[in-house]
Amino acid sequence: MAKLNMVKALNLALLQEMERDEDIVVIGEDVGVDGGVFRVTEDLHRKFGGKRVIDSPLAEAAIVGTSIGMALYGLKPVCEIQFSGFSFQGFHQIENHAARYRMRSQGRFHCQMVVRMPYGGGVRALEHHSESEEQFYAHIPGLKMVIPSGPRNARALLVSAIRDPDPVVFFEAKGLYHAAREDVPDEIETLPIGRAHVVREGADLTVISYGAMLRVAREAAETLAAENGVECEVIDVLTLSPLDRETLVASVRKTGRAVIVHEAPRSFGPGAEIATSIMEGAFLSLEAPIRRVTAGDVPFVGFARERANVPDVARVLAAARDTLAY
Amino acid sequence: MPRKVLEPRFSVEYLSILDSDGNLDAALEPEISPEQLQTLYRAMLLGRRLDERMVRLQRQGRVGTFAPIKGQEASQMGSVFSLRRTDWMVPSFRETAAMLWRGWPIEKLLLFFAGHLEGGQPAPDQRDLPITIPVATQLPHAVGLAYAAQYRGDDVVVMAFFGDGATSEGDFHEALNFAGVWHVPIVFVCQNNQWAISVPIKKQTHSRTLAQKALAYGLPGIQVDGNDVLAVYAASRDAVEQARAGDGPTLIECVTYRLGVHTTADDPTKYRSEEEVQEWERKDPLTRFAAYLQKKNLLPEGLEQEVDAEIAAAVTRFEAAAAADPLRMFDHVYAEPPPHLVAQREEMRERLRSDNAPPEGEPHPSPPMRGQRSTSRWRN
Ligand SMILES: Cc1ncc(C[n+]2csc(CCOP(=O)(O)OP(=O)(O)O)c2C)c(N)n1
Ligand SMILES: [Mg+2]
Repeated sequence: MAKLNMVKALNLALLQEMERDEDIVVIGEDVGVDGGVFRVTEDLHRKFGGKRVIDSPLAEAAIVGTSIGMALYGLKPVCEIQFSGFSFQGFHQIENHAARYRMRSQGRFHCQMVVRMPYGGGVRALEHHSESEEQFYAHIPGLKMVIPSGPRNARALLVSAIRDPDPVVFFEAKGLYHAAREDVPDEIETLPIGRAHVVREGADLTVISYGAMLRVAREAAETLAAENGVECEVIDVLTLSPLDRETLVASVRKTGRAVIVHEAPRSFGPGAEIATSIMEGAFLSLEAPIRRVTAGDVPFVGFARERANVPDVARVLAAARDTLAY
Repeated sequence: MPRKVLEPRFSVEYLSILDSDGNLDAALEPEISPEQLQTLYRAMLLGRRLDERMVRLQRQGRVGTFAPIKGQEASQMGSVFSLRRTDWMVPSFRETAAMLWRGWPIEKLLLFFAGHLEGGQPAPDQRDLPITIPVATQLPHAVGLAYAAQYRGDDVVVMAFFGDGATSEGDFHEALNFAGVWHVPIVFVCQNNQWAISVPIKKQTHSRTLAQKALAYGLPGIQVDGNDVLAVYAASRDAVEQARAGDGPTLIECVTYRLGVHTTADDPTKYRSEEEVQEWERKDPLTRFAAYLQKKNLLPEGLEQEVDAEIAAAVTRFEAAAAADPLRMFDHVYAEPPPHLVAQREEMRERLRSDNAPPEGEPHPSPPMRGQRSTSRWRN
């Protein structure tokens, strides 16, 4: 057991899995000698060499595309896209191919691979370094989409993603990389992909979030308990696709109210799918319209305005109180 | 004959005029008036001094992450110097010196790097695209600009900037290919600073030069000493003239070096040696050009102080700029904001007003019991 931040926890997952399985290769821009711009692949190059930890030329399409080829051959590539904002350069490879080889070849081929990328704001960064783009990946059939919320579940989910026979897009919240340290067991841990986690139990209102916004949701829940005696159930989605509708619906059947918090723009965002799933499964239990607390439908606001755009505790509280008072 | 040579005459030239020891190839020396030489030097110096100032501002938290240009002043100024105001300039993200020359005010650039989108707005008469961060993605836009200029019959040349790493992206190759097929008036300026963050040029390409990549697309490519402003200028002037005359695009590879960090978030000691950096410091483009001017008695006294004063005044104006009004984030999403954006803006305005309202000292009323409906919405 060691206290690790999310960077170190992810690094541990890669290290231990690579020790266990020679088919795992790591590929991306600056992942080798430099150890990744966020240091998630630190020391792997030194340990496993340049053939397994590949400092690729600067081309996302080829990083994903060659990984697909490796996966078709039987390797298990873990690619890093330096920032989610640059994953669109490899998007056609993910959507057109990684997600479809199983179907296209009618089961003969599949792509066991992970595409990791940092996403989200909070780091005073320039355009394409602060956005949340999970909705694009969550929408692709054949692909899984995972977003951990802290060191321990990040490590366990990355191990699961590497072992998953299907392609997994794995989002790492930049704001969480160094935010907190958690006890992470020495022995390898996994967490099932496709399962949400109830991180706080309560009967009055369900607050649903993931990634860096989970902390905001939890803080709002604590404030509501302290100031208003309201007990929120807080759900950490963890996997956006396939979405754990069962857990979400069960919670709202109990509470009758839901607030969804995400950093991605509102329209056609994950909140829409989550809300609809709840509506379909818990319609008769609903006491109030489901509320979404999200960023605005704007492309990029510049970090000087970021705080006004990204959900914070006050906004979650306001939405929760509206919902409760409905 | 079943097997024969089709293209026997591929070649890539290397151009150097003023080397790092101050040796001048007088036969190649471009004709530049004394005033222009001084202007050129001043622009390079301004780029260098602002860069140093910005690193300090970043360390103090007054601007955010940015990409320093130190070492690349000759590549930028030698190339952009050959453009007219009516030509177009398409930057990537490491062209501060060139952007200043093209008329971007210092305080605007600072505003941009301090996280304000206002800093990215070109002036109405400026034919410059804003900074583009996704590597190589601006290159097809540059080709499109050149096509449009040609379509309209305008006397316009487009110059596009990018790094060595950018030549690995598909967009680079697609842009060169289109430019070749369309035969448009464009000059591609690659600042080969030897590194793409931690990846050295040897891991970026198996080609001997980047210039030769042009040949595959049917365009000329030339490699120049990118720390020799005379060589960069000579090559760029020729390429711009050629483009203007309707003789098509050129790729110029400026062999230079990033003396500083990749960005202020980078630690180059992880991947490159101090000796390598020192070796390139000896080839500093400013020292070399200053010595050349000194010999011609063209180096004015007090230039550094003058440039620093210009920067200081701009920093003061930058710091006096109004705090970011969050509501303006909705301003330029569409020509006409659709109803949902108007609503989101209104929602934010409400929120900001209540955030700024003095605390009333009243606790939030308790929410109604679960399942109990109140007629009015309960607001905090
Ligand atoms: C498409 C894309 N991928 C990754 C990045 C992250 N990134 C920023 S600069 C850079 C290296 C660029 O190298 P080069 O083209 O040589 O330009 P230089 O930074 O050396 O000026 C990388 C990988 C990016 N901005 N865009
Ligand atoms: Mg470079």
